[in-house]
Formats: sequence, C-alpha cells, structure tokens
Amino acid sequence: MRQRRIIPGVDPKLLIKDAARLMPDASRRGFLRGAASLGALTFLTGCDIIDGDTAEGVLRKVSEFNDGAQAAIFSRTKLAPTYPESAITRPFPFNGFYDEDDAPEVNGETYKLEVAGLVDNKKPWTLKELYALPEVSQITRHICVEGWSAIGSWQGTPLSEFLRRVGADTRAKYVWFKCAEGYTNTIDMPTALHPQTQMTFKFANQVLPRSYGFPMKIRIPTKLGFKNPKYVVAMEVTNTDKGGYWEDKGYNWFSGL
Amino acid sequence: MTAETITLSADATIHPRWVRVCHWINALAILVMIGSGWQIYNASPLFDFTFSESIALGRWLAGALLWHFAAMWVLVINGIVYVTLGILTGRFRRKLLPIRPSEVVADVKAALTFKLAHDDLSHYNAVQKLLYSGVILAGVVIVLSGLSIWKPVQFQELTALFGGYDTARYVHFFAMAAIVGFLIVHVALALIVPRSLRAMVTGR
Repeated sequence: MRQRRIIPGVDPKLLIKDAARLMPDASRRGFLRGAASLGALTFLTGCDIIDGDTAEGVLRKVSEFNDGAQAAIFSRTKLAPTYPESAITRPFPFNGFYDEDDAPEVNGETYKLEVAGLVDNKKPWTLKELYALPEVSQITRHICVEGWSAIGSWQGTPLSEFLRRVGADTRAKYVWFKCAEGYTNTIDMPTALHPQTQMTFKFANQVLPRSYGFPMKIRIPTKLGFKNPKYVVAMEVTNTDKGGYWEDKGYNWFSGL
Repeated sequence: MTAETITLSADATIHPRWVRVCHWINALAILVMIGSGWQIYNASPLFDFTFSESIALGRWLAGALLWHFAAMWVLVINGIVYVTLGILTGRFRRKLLPIRPSEVVADVKAALTFKLAHDDLSHYNAVQKLLYSGVILAGVVIVLSGLSIWKPVQFQELTALFGGYDTARYVHFFAMAAIVGFLIVHVALALIVPRSLRAMVTGR
C-alpha cells in the first residue's frame, strides 16, 4: 500500500514522477540542450558558442567553482536552525528516484555496515553495535533540490563520533557512502565532521522505517536532501572524489545550505 | 561640477557608457535567471500552474540549476557595479528622485490618454522614476531572497528576515513576477519609442 499524502503546497503527482521527470533521457549527454533553450540563447548572444557541449562544459566549470565558493562560506560551527516537535511535518514525505514500493528492503538481522579506506579499524558494524553508540537528536528542515522542504526528527550518533571511533584520518578530503539500492554519495570532510551530521537510526524516536532509509541514513541538515543518503551499507574515507548518483547527472556537487 | 556642465553633458549623452554596459549585461543575465528560474519552479510549483517547457531554460532541473547559479554571478556582480556607480555618481538621485505621488497620478493619466511627452529622453517622468526605482528595489529583493533560499543555514539570519525558508520562496517568486511585469511594460515602451532603444545602445 502506498501513501502519497504529502506536504502542503507540493503536488503529489510531481513527487511520484520524480524519477521520470528528473531524468529526461537515459543518456546524460546533452541534457542542457532543448530546442527552446538553445534557440533562446543563440538569439540572445547572437552567436552559436552556446551549442550543447560547450555550454555544458562551461556550466560544469562554474558549478565546480560554486563548490569552492560554498566550501568557503561553509561554517564548521554554524548550526542549522532547529524546531519544536510541533513543527514536524506529518507525514514526512518519502522521496527517491524510485517509487516508495520499490524502496530497498534491508534485513536488519544480517546487515553489516562496511567501513573502508583511510581508517584504522575496518571491522564491519552490526546493527546492534551501531544502536549501542551514543544517541543525539535533531529536529531540522530537510530541503529538497526541487525547492520543497519538510521538518523531520532524526536520532542517531554524530558521524564525527563514529569516525573518531574507527580511527578515520580526518585530514582526508571525502567520505563516500554506498547504499543498498546502488545510490552513492560523496561529502566533504568538513561537512562529515559538522556537529549536526548524523548517522541516523530513528525517525521521530522510532526505528527508521523502510521508506525513510532503514537501517541507516546519513542526515546532513547543512546539505540538500539528495546529499542525505538512505539505506547506507558502506562508507569509505578517501582522498578521491567518487562522485554520486545525482551529482554525476548534473546536480551541484557541494549542494550546501 | 556646476549645474551648467551637468546640463551640457546631459545634452550630449543621455546614458553614460557604464549605464549602457551594465544595462545590457543585466538584460542577458536576468533573462537567463528568469528562464532557468521557471524551470526550477516547475520542479516544485508554488501555485497551481507550471511554466511551459518552451520558455523554460535548462531542459530539466539540474540543467536549470546550473544556468541559474552561473548567471547569478553575472547578475550580482553587474548589479553591485551598477548600484554603486548609480549612487556614487549621483545618477540615481538626479534621475530617479524625488518621486511625488501627485506627479505619478498626473503622469499615469497622461500616459493612459497618450498625452505623456517623451521629447527629452534624459528626463524621466514620474511614472518612469517610479518604475525604475521599483525595479531596482525588486532586483535587491530578488537577490537577497535568492541568497536566503540558496543558503538557509549559512545565511539563516537573512532567511529569517524573509520569514523563513518557505516564505522566502514566495518572496523570490513575487520579486520575479514584479520584474517580469516591469519587463513587459519596459520592452513595449522601448519599441513604441525606438529613440529610447537607440539611446541605450549608442548613448544618444
């Protein structure tokens, strides 16, 4: 059974169509083109430097520049605003590049979080061990790249605390996450160490339901929603930017808030 | 500078070079911002309508965001140069002030009855003063509300000033609507009085 009651001001049909609409074609190339846009820009500039590949290349360069600009204004200590329980959006929307029915079903009994890369201890973590970590709670605003937002309540352990326990080299540049359904995500180390970046095991004090990323989500209130991976099964501390599902399709890499 | 030299230079040049350069850079940047903004709006519409794909830029959300966050630099840097020079050279004060409500009413009436004179392009009538001041203000609001949507954590004080993230989206939308409304009138009038278009190209 699927529930599609979403937050006010958001067309439910749009969320359902996420996957189809967000990805215009199977191949990523040329997604910036489109007869109208190209025509408009050619008209505006009076020249044809705005052919798809050139424009795409220039825009990607600017997007990389924007990664740097956002990293520069990112504060390691500035906290995302928090809200009272009464502000929580109910029901909190499900969101993904697939329908809710197709969300991964992870077996909590056999689940193991793999830890790889620049860490001292690569021992996989069972759910029981993860649940035993110190718990913190946050009620923060989840902001989607599409523009809508919703306030949720998340409980778990600070990622910085976990990284300390596994002996991660926090001078490394990135932390990479892999999810059960193949989704991937890379974040910068300063964000990984931000006090509100959380390995989340609960939503509103209940074990994370399947639709919200059971058994583990990485909650990052300083980044757009798609930089908050769900169903996380592996993480790697690395100096190599391994990209991510949406970032590779054209969304800005840093996507900070 | 004496009053006489101001008059003389105004006679020679209606729009100094910096105004013309800023105007056309701004024209390009704002069209890209509006077109890509419409595509971004379509991803999560605030109202019961979406913008036609034929007038929205970027093909899909990611493309539109790339355009939006590239053109924003052009818009903001050019806007800062324009407003700074507008204030420092005294052009804003000379051209846009004062705006007297009685004159606005009189000029609107004159415009609607096609009696509003455009003999002297270097002098703005009350309606022009109001519209040009208004669109500069809308420009400031659209940039600040845009910043508060883009960085609601880092610039959370600014976001709070706009009534929070969700409200800031509406402010950003209505500032866009105001600018589009201005553009329709502005372009229509420029086409009706082609001398004004020439002045913004050649300065005379």
